[in-house]
Amino acid sequence: MDMLIKFLVAAVGAGTPLLFGTVGEILTEKTGHLNLGVEGMMSIGACVGFMVGYYTDNFFLALLFSAIAGALSALVYAILTVTFMANQNVTGLTLTIFGIGFANFIGIFFLNKSPEGTLKLPEKITAAMRGGAILGLGDIPVIGELLFSYSPFVYIGIAIALFAAWYLNRTKAGLNLKATGENPGAADAAGIKVTGVKYANIILGGAICGIGGVYCSMIINGGVWISNNVGGLGWIAVALVIFANWQPAGAILGSFVFGALRVLKYYIPQSVLPFPTAFYDMLPFLMTALVLVISSMRKSGRINLPAALGQNYFREER
Amino acid sequence: MGEQAKEQYAIECRKITKTFGKVVANDEIDLKVRYGEILALLGENGSGKTTLMNMLSGIYHPDSGQIFIGGKEVKINSPADSMKLGIGMIHQHFKLVEAFQAMDNIILGTAGKKEKSRVTSEKIKTISENYGLEIEPEKYVCDMSVSEKQTVEILKVLYKGAEILILDEPTAVLTPQETEKLFRILKKMKEKGCAIIIITHKLQEVLSISDRVTILRKGKSIDTVLTAECDAKKLTELMVGRPVSLEIERPRMEKHETVLKVVDLTVEKPDGSKAIDDISFEIRKGEILGVAGVAGSGQKELCETIAGLMNATHGAILFHKENLLGKTPSEIIEKGVSMSFVPEDRLGMGLVASMGMTDNMLLKSYHRGKGPFIKRKPARELAQKLINKLDIVTPGTETPVRLLSGGNVQKVLLGREIESAPTVLITAYPVRGLDINSSYTVYDLLNEQKQKNVAVMYIGEDLDVLLELSDRIMVLCHGRITGIVKAEETTKEEIGMMMTGESRPGESQLKTGSLDESPGSEVHLNENHGEEDSGHQKEKEAAL
Amino acid sequence: MSSGGGNNQKEPVIRVVKRSERPAKEIIILRLFAVALSLLAGGIFIACVGQNPFTVYKTIVSGACRSVMAFQGTVKIMIPLLITSLGVTLAFKMKFWNIGAEGQLIFGATCATFFALFCSEWNHVVLVIVMFLAGIIGGGLWGLIPAFFKVKYNTNETLFTLMLNYIALHIVSYLRDGPWTDPAAQGFPKIARFDKNAALDKLFGIQFGWLIALILTVIIFIYMKYTKQGYEIGVVGESQDTARYAGMHVKKIVLRTMFLSGGICGMAGMIQATGSDITLTASVAGGVGFTAIIVAWLAQLNPFSIFVVSFLFSVLEKGSSVVQSEFGLSTDCADVLQGIILFFILGCEFFVRYRFQFAGAAHKEKREE
Repeated sequence: MDMLIKFLVAAVGAGTPLLFGTVGEILTEKTGHLNLGVEGMMSIGACVGFMVGYYTDNFFLALLFSAIAGALSALVYAILTVTFMANQNVTGLTLTIFGIGFANFIGIFFLNKSPEGTLKLPEKITAAMRGGAILGLGDIPVIGELLFSYSPFVYIGIAIALFAAWYLNRTKAGLNLKATGENPGAADAAGIKVTGVKYANIILGGAICGIGGVYCSMIINGGVWISNNVGGLGWIAVALVIFANWQPAGAILGSFVFGALRVLKYYIPQSVLPFPTAFYDMLPFLMTALVLVISSMRKSGRINLPAALGQNYFREER
Repeated sequence: MGEQAKEQYAIECRKITKTFGKVVANDEIDLKVRYGEILALLGENGSGKTTLMNMLSGIYHPDSGQIFIGGKEVKINSPADSMKLGIGMIHQHFKLVEAFQAMDNIILGTAGKKEKSRVTSEKIKTISENYGLEIEPEKYVCDMSVSEKQTVEILKVLYKGAEILILDEPTAVLTPQETEKLFRILKKMKEKGCAIIIITHKLQEVLSISDRVTILRKGKSIDTVLTAECDAKKLTELMVGRPVSLEIERPRMEKHETVLKVVDLTVEKPDGSKAIDDISFEIRKGEILGVAGVAGSGQKELCETIAGLMNATHGAILFHKENLLGKTPSEIIEKGVSMSFVPEDRLGMGLVASMGMTDNMLLKSYHRGKGPFIKRKPARELAQKLINKLDIVTPGTETPVRLLSGGNVQKVLLGREIESAPTVLITAYPVRGLDINSSYTVYDLLNEQKQKNVAVMYIGEDLDVLLELSDRIMVLCHGRITGIVKAEETTKEEIGMMMTGESRPGESQLKTGSLDESPGSEVHLNENHGEEDSGHQKEKEAAL
Repeated sequence: MSSGGGNNQKEPVIRVVKRSERPAKEIIILRLFAVALSLLAGGIFIACVGQNPFTVYKTIVSGACRSVMAFQGTVKIMIPLLITSLGVTLAFKMKFWNIGAEGQLIFGATCATFFALFCSEWNHVVLVIVMFLAGIIGGGLWGLIPAFFKVKYNTNETLFTLMLNYIALHIVSYLRDGPWTDPAAQGFPKIARFDKNAALDKLFGIQFGWLIALILTVIIFIYMKYTKQGYEIGVVGESQDTARYAGMHVKKIVLRTMFLSGGICGMAGMIQATGSDITLTASVAGGVGFTAIIVAWLAQLNPFSIFVVSFLFSVLEKGSSVVQSEFGLSTDCADVLQGIILFFILGCEFFVRYRFQFAGAAHKEKREE
C-alpha cells in the first residue's frame, strides 16, 4: 500500500513535464501547425530557467524566464512557418536540434565558469520546489501524500491543462483557434485574424513547453545541471497529443500514465519481473509507438485532428 | 447609414488592378451596384470575376484603384474590414469548418462572448424564418448536403447583418430545382434592400435573375447592360469578344458495339457506406455516355472502380466480356482503358505538378520496356508532338507543369490519355476551370475520339454541355442510377429531377439501372481481391 | 454598422505578395545570401559568449584542414554523415518523414556487430561482406517497421521512426550491460573491441568507407534520376493519388524505398562501428541521423549537393572540436550553427515565390513600370 502510494506520487511527478509539453503542443497543433520542436523548446526553457534560478535563487523568476525562453523559441518557429511559410516538419526538427545544442552549449559554458565544476541549484529555490508546502496539508496520511505532496509544478501543470480545456471548448477565442486549425480559409473569410491567432497560440504553446523544460532541469536530477536533460520527453509529448485526442483533459491522464511507465523500474522488484533496466528505459518509447499504431487503427468516433494540420496558409493562394 | 448614402451606389469600383506574378488578373476594372438591385458579373473562367470579388471581400488586395462603399472611399485590408462594411461573400468553394456545427460556423468571427447554444440557435432560427430559409443549427456541416451548406453560408452573411451580398458561382453545385429556390431567396433579399452581385457564366441564369449585367473579358470590364435589353447571343458575344456558335457538334456513328459492360456493381467506401449501389450500364463504341449527378453521387468511385483503384463488393465490369475486377490498375491501363479525373485543384491526379511534360508523359508507360532504366527520349518526342498538335503554351518540355495555365495543364493531361490510343476513354470534369475556347477544344478532342470508334464516358457538371455533347446521359444519385436517357429526347428539367433521386422507369431498351429487379442473380465474381486495394487509403493524411 | 471604420483604417505596413518564380541563378544567390546572414547571426551568438567570431570561424576552418591528420579526421566524420544523408534523401523524396535514421544506423551497426563479435575467425573478405549485408538488412528492417504501419494503418511515421531511435538505443545499452558485456573490462559495461579481422581496411590512411560513400553518391544520383524505381519515388512523393492513377503500387513502393533508406543508414552504422569505432557503443550514431536530415534538406535532396554540404558540415564538426580545446566552447556549438544556418535557408525559400510589399510602395512601383 505504502509502495503503491509512493509509486503513484512518483508517476505524477514523472508525468508532469509531459503534461506541459502535451498541452503546449495541443494549443500549437490546434492552429494547424505541427511543431516538432517541442524537445528543443523544452531544452531551451530548461536551460534558461535553470540558469536564472541558479543565479537569482528565485523560483518564480526561473519559471517566468523558462516560459519566456520557450515562447521566444516558438516565435522563431512561428515566424518561419506562419509568415515565411517554411516546411513545418523541417522547421520543427531544426528547432529541436538547435534547442538541444543551444541548451548543452550554454550549460557547458556556465559549467566551465563555475568554480565547483558543477551547477547545483541553491538551497532556497530547491526548498520552494519541494512538495507538501501547502498549508501542511501534505501531512494528512494517504490523501495528503496523494494530493498535496507535490512540487508546485504539478499544480501549475494541471491548472494550465484545465485552463486550456476551458479556453478551447468554452470561449470564442477557442472557437476561433479551432476554426483556424480546421480551415484557415474559412476562418479568414469569417473575419478572424488567422495570422494573429496562429502566432498567439504557437507562442503560448511554446511558453508552456518551456515551463515543462525547466521541470526537467530543476527537478529530475535533484537540481544539478546535466546535458540532454530533457532526454526525449518532448518527443513523447508530441505523441501524447495523439493519445489525448487533442483534448487537454486527456493530456492529464496520458501524461500520468506515461509518467508511471517512466518510474516503473524503481517499483517493480527484479525478483518479480526480471527484466533488464534497459527494457524499462525503453518502455515509454515502446508504449508511445504502440499508442501511435493503435490510435491510427481506430476508425470510429470523432477524431479531433485539426483538418489543416501541417499545411501553411496563404490568403491569396489560388 | 445616412439617407444620402442610400442614393449612392452600394459599391463602386474604379480602375481596380490586380496582378499575380506576371499575370494581370484585373486590369482597371469599373463596377457599380445599387441597393435593391441584383447585378450579374458575367465572364468566362479566367476573366477575373472571382479575383475582383475577392478584393471586395478582403481576401486579395488591389495593386491600384479605388473602392467606394455607400459613397465613401474605403480600404479593405482583410475579410474583417469587409464584414464591417456590410459586405458578405459566399464563395464558390464553401468556407465552412466541416467539423463544426452549423451555428458555430455562423457565429464564427462575430464579436462578444460565446452565448449559450440555445440562445444562438434561436437567433439563427428567427433570421432564417425571416428569409424563408430552412436550417438545423445543431447539425454538423460534414453531415450536410451541398445545398444545406449553401444555406449555412447565406445565414453566415445574414447573421452578420450584411447588406451587400456577393455570390460566386452559387449554382454550380445545385440541381435546377435548388437553383430556383436560391433565386427566390435572393429576390426576397433584394426586396429588403440588399445589393446583390452574382458571379456566373451561365447565361440563362443571368437572364432570369439579374437587373443589370457587367461583363468581364480577360481581366477588363467590357460593358454593363440592362438585362431586359439583352439576349443570350448578345451576352455571349460580349463575353467571348466575337460571335460564337454555342452548338456542340454531335457526330452520328453507325456501329454500336458494346465495349464495357457494368453489371450489378456495388462499391463501398472505407467507412462501409455504399458509394455505388447496384448499378448496371454499358458503354459502346463510338458514343459518348454522359454522366450527370450532384457532386459526390458516386462519380469518383465509379471511375476508380473501373480503373482498378477501388474494390467492388458485388458485380462485374466486363471489358469485351472479360471481367476487369481483380485486375491491377496497370493491367487495366494496358488493356486500353484510360481514365483521367480532374479534381477540384486541377492538378492532384493524373499529373505530377513539379515534373515537366516529358516526365508526365511517362506516368502511365514508364514501366514498359526492359531493364531498370527509364527511357525519356520517346516521351520527350511525344511531349513535343502534343505541344505542336494541341498548341500547348509552355517554355519547354521540361518546365514543371504547375507553372502552366489551367487550360494548358488539361490539354497535357487529355492529350496524353488520347495518345495512348485507348479503347475506352473515361474522363471526369475535363473542362473544369477552362474558358470557352479551351472547353471547345476539349469537346472537339472527345468527339474526335468518338469518331475513331472509342467508347467515351464523360462525367461533367454543366447540364447544357452534357445535353449537347452526349449520345446518352446516365444520371447518378446517391450511388444509384436514376435513369439512362437519350440526350436528344430529354430536357434539363428531367435530368434535374433524376439528379435529386426521382428515377425515370421504363427505359427498357437502353438497359436501365434495373432498380426494381431483385438482386438474386448477382454475379459474385470478386469476393476477395484485397491485395490490390489502395482505395482505402483515403483517410486524412495522418498529421502530415 | 456598414458605414463604420471605412476611412480611418490603416493599411498594414507589410503585405505578402506572390511573385513569379525566380530563375535558378537568383535562387542560388538568394541561398548564398542566406548562408552569409546565418554566419553573421552565428557570429553575433559567438560574440555574445565572449569570443571573437572571426577567430572562431578561422579556427573551425583551419582546425578541420590544417594537417593531413586533421583532414583525415574530417573525412572520418563525413563518411557516416554523407551515407546517412543519402539514405534519408530516398525517404524524403517520397515525402516519407524518416526521422529514424539514427535508429536505423544503430540497429544496422548492432546487427553487423553480432558477426564482428562472434564470427571474427571467418575469412576477412567473407566477414566484411556479411557484416555489410547485416548492416543493410538490419537498418532496412528498422526502416521497414514504420513503413509497414504507415501503409497498413497510415500511422504517423515521423513520431514512429523517432520512437524507434530510442528503442534501438536501449537495445544497445541492454546488449552492452548484459549479453555482450566485455568480460575483460572488469564489470565496466562496455562491448569489447573488435578483432582486427573484423575491422574495415584502410585506404590512404582512412577506413575505406569513404570510397563506398563516394560510389554511393553516384549510385543514388543515377537511381533517383534515371531508373524506373527512382521515378516512382518522385511520383509517390508528389501525390499518392497521382501514383495510384498511374497504376503504381504505392504500398510496395513505400515499403521498398523505406527498406533502402533504412538499409543505407544501417550501412552507415556498420561502417562507423567497424571502420572508425572498432566497437559498438550507444553513441555510434551520435546525432548523425538528425544532422543528416538538415544536410539532405539544405542540399535540396540532390546527391552531389549533399556531398558538398556534408563535407562543409564535417568541417564545422571537426573544427568545433578544435574550438573546444582552444577556446573552451563546447562542440555543441556546431549544432547551434547548423540550426541557425538551416533557419535562414528555410526563411529564404520564401523569397523564391513571394515577396514583401510595403505600404505605399505598391502604387509607386506601378508608376515606374
